[in-house]
Amino acid sequence: MAEPEPILRMSGIGKQFPGVRALDGVDLRLLPGEVHALMGENGAGKSTLIKVLTGVHPCDEGTVELAGREVAFAGPLEAQQAGISTVYQEVNLCANLSVAENIFIGREPRRRGRIDFRRMRTRAAELLARLELDVDVAAPLSSCSLAIQQMVAIARAIDVDARVLILDEPTSSLDAGEVEQLFRVMRRLKEEGIAILFVSHFLDQIYEISDRMTILRNGRLVGEYRTSELSQVELVAKMIGKELADLERLHGEARVFDRPLVEARGLGRAGAVEPFSLTIHEGEVVGLAGLLGSGRTEIARLLFGADHATTGEVTVGGTAVSLRTPRTAMAHDIAFCSENRKQDGLIPDLTVRENIILALQATRGWTRPVPREQQDELVGRYVKALRISPPNPDHLVRDLSGGNQQKVLLARWLILEPKLLILDEPTRGIDVGAKTEIQRLVAELSDGGMAVLFISAELEEVLRLSHRVGVLRDRRLVADLPNDDALTTDVLLETIASGGRA
Amino acid sequence: MRRLLWPLAVLAALILLNVAFSPGFLSIQMREGHLYGSLIDILRFGAPLILVSLGMTLVIATGGIDLSVGSVVAISGALACLQISEDASVFTAVVLALGLSVLLGAWNGFLVAGIGIQPIIATLILMVAGRGLAQLITDGQIITVNSPAYKLIGGGYLLTLPFGILLVLVVLGVTAFLTRRLALGMLIESVGGNAEASRLAGIRARGIIVMVYAFAALCAGVAGLMISSNVSSADGNNAGLWIELDAILAVVIGGTSLAGGRFSLGGTVVGALIIQTLTTTIYSVGVPPETTLLFKALVVAAVCLIQSPSFRDKVFRRRGTAAGPRPAAEEKVRVTA
Repeated sequence: MAEPEPILRMSGIGKQFPGVRALDGVDLRLLPGEVHALMGENGAGKSTLIKVLTGVHPCDEGTVELAGREVAFAGPLEAQQAGISTVYQEVNLCANLSVAENIFIGREPRRRGRIDFRRMRTRAAELLARLELDVDVAAPLSSCSLAIQQMVAIARAIDVDARVLILDEPTSSLDAGEVEQLFRVMRRLKEEGIAILFVSHFLDQIYEISDRMTILRNGRLVGEYRTSELSQVELVAKMIGKELADLERLHGEARVFDRPLVEARGLGRAGAVEPFSLTIHEGEVVGLAGLLGSGRTEIARLLFGADHATTGEVTVGGTAVSLRTPRTAMAHDIAFCSENRKQDGLIPDLTVRENIILALQATRGWTRPVPREQQDELVGRYVKALRISPPNPDHLVRDLSGGNQQKVLLARWLILEPKLLILDEPTRGIDVGAKTEIQRLVAELSDGGMAVLFISAELEEVLRLSHRVGVLRDRRLVADLPNDDALTTDVLLETIASGGRA
Repeated sequence: MRRLLWPLAVLAALILLNVAFSPGFLSIQMREGHLYGSLIDILRFGAPLILVSLGMTLVIATGGIDLSVGSVVAISGALACLQISEDASVFTAVVLALGLSVLLGAWNGFLVAGIGIQPIIATLILMVAGRGLAQLITDGQIITVNSPAYKLIGGGYLLTLPFGILLVLVVLGVTAFLTRRLALGMLIESVGGNAEASRLAGIRARGIIVMVYAFAALCAGVAGLMISSNVSSADGNNAGLWIELDAILAVVIGGTSLAGGRFSLGGTVVGALIIQTLTTTIYSVGVPPETTLLFKALVVAAVCLIQSPSFRDKVFRRRGTAAGPRPAAEEKVRVTA
């Protein structure tokens, strides 16, 4: 079968970030009328590649050709004008505006200098009809479901005569029916000859919708394959590559956990997570698996007192406690490394040293500063142990790479020597080296008697580290599975999909 | 230290300008056991502004702002003068005035941290209501007092130096000790840098916020005593009028970001001195009175621009970027020069 000419061809793309080689000689070609999946683990370079393509980052090496002409975009706007539109994972729209206004924001149809609302609504309705959607275009966007909002974002993207549509994890917050709706729209666009670049963590979805895939690993190209010619097992093997050997569980011999540390009974918060019961024993790693927004973070926040529980109770070491604030949780030796380092974790303007001793200082109050010698000792020890680079404690934390920032956050909590360490996505968005270091550290800490609640979107990681896995779906803890040989990612996926083993 | 470079350079430039116009500007003489000279005057008249600016620095470092300090200046002076005119001891008057100031500051802090009102609105309440309170205390009159002991605070001398300067040194020393020797400064910077992350690190952000607003009001209260003592009278309408804006300006010139986070006490002191020196300069250079505000505005605009790293990069072409924006940048230079 003769292949049509690619509409987009990227060749030999290289991108260097301080301390990390994010991309190295990556090729990508998109054919019109095809859905092309971009595959790779977190940190493989998928987002960087997309950002290079759309002009968010300039590329250091290589060329980008659009319809045979070499291009270099100075920013997403320029890329959009050339016909490359992107829809990101988080919907970048204004919920308070109407559907039609969202579609045409920034390029409203005008008449005599004023916005022509009537024409805007008609055109918006036409556009959505093209996607076979029946939506009231005058309704505020906030009244629509997340899936519809996603489609509105897509409608906005294709209105500008898109030839290439990039969908960066559009399905991560959609339920099964909504995903089906999205796929219908994608097939429709495919028929119109648009090339779609699709990023998703869900393998089944990839196999359902994509025609071709490009696999990245550690910023390098593994290869381009037709989806029909590559089995799921082969795909996973290619994504993880040599690390396959490392995939066995990190913990050695089986251990018995019989000393409950933190017990939650019927703990819940209205609108955030349904009441759940969970026991974490000393030295045990409990993994939480579930899709984005399934309530993983909410459980962590309740156990740390970052949010108030509306029902249920918690006991720590057998005595009932009220975890009203992070301070009370810290007083019970509970520590929490939050998911969003930038928003809920680090203070970017402070130095590595100050960020590391912050929690310790907070427990002491401002009148008793941590003595300088003790600071030097603690900070020096953890900068060395976690291999934080650059190893200069007076460096501003904002200048560090994502992996090193994560280590700084870890160090902040480790110097408190907590009994329970809650880690929410500690390895997201960091390079593979730092990731394995953090995983190894978690295993060591648990062997040393610390209990860990480990949350990650990567099921493989949860399986490697955890002694027990709690599965979440739709803000409910649906299963609590011992991590034995019978537990595989497939079983976990199935549990997430089906909502608990019968 | 490098952050202080530009403010210090501006201050030096202003002083040099003064020397050019009046060669005796730098001389300091000993008269009747007191030190006299233009520089001493700048310090003495700038003392209230420095005090208010120090308090403002900490508020701004938490990501807030305090518009009410001018009113607190008036209230503190009014209450102290009222007490003295009613034959209370100077000590009682001072303690009552400062106590009320701290209370008012704590009220600001409560509105901001306890109820969650935006700082600019929360302190706007007291800025407006405080003037009324000050007039209520003085009964709409200007209260004059005749107490040598009270006069010492703003107009007296100790150890050859104006008492106000010594007071500033003490407050500066205490502030530096609390924030830099103890851990208060780091916690303030942490709250201002990222409030939610600070809460999750176990910091009692509310307590710290209430404390900085109370401290800012205390500083304003001391400044109020100084101002009313200097003229031996309390004027509820005009004492400390617009001083909050000068204080905010001093903090910004000193290199503390209005967004909160890192702060510099030294920078603030230099910033306040720049503003005071500017006022002196306007008189000594002989700027026509009707253009003084314009002159002040131009200097301040220039100082703020020169403080901005991105502006300096553009102007001084530290890194040769694209040819496009360059002519525009040069045009800007001509406008400000």
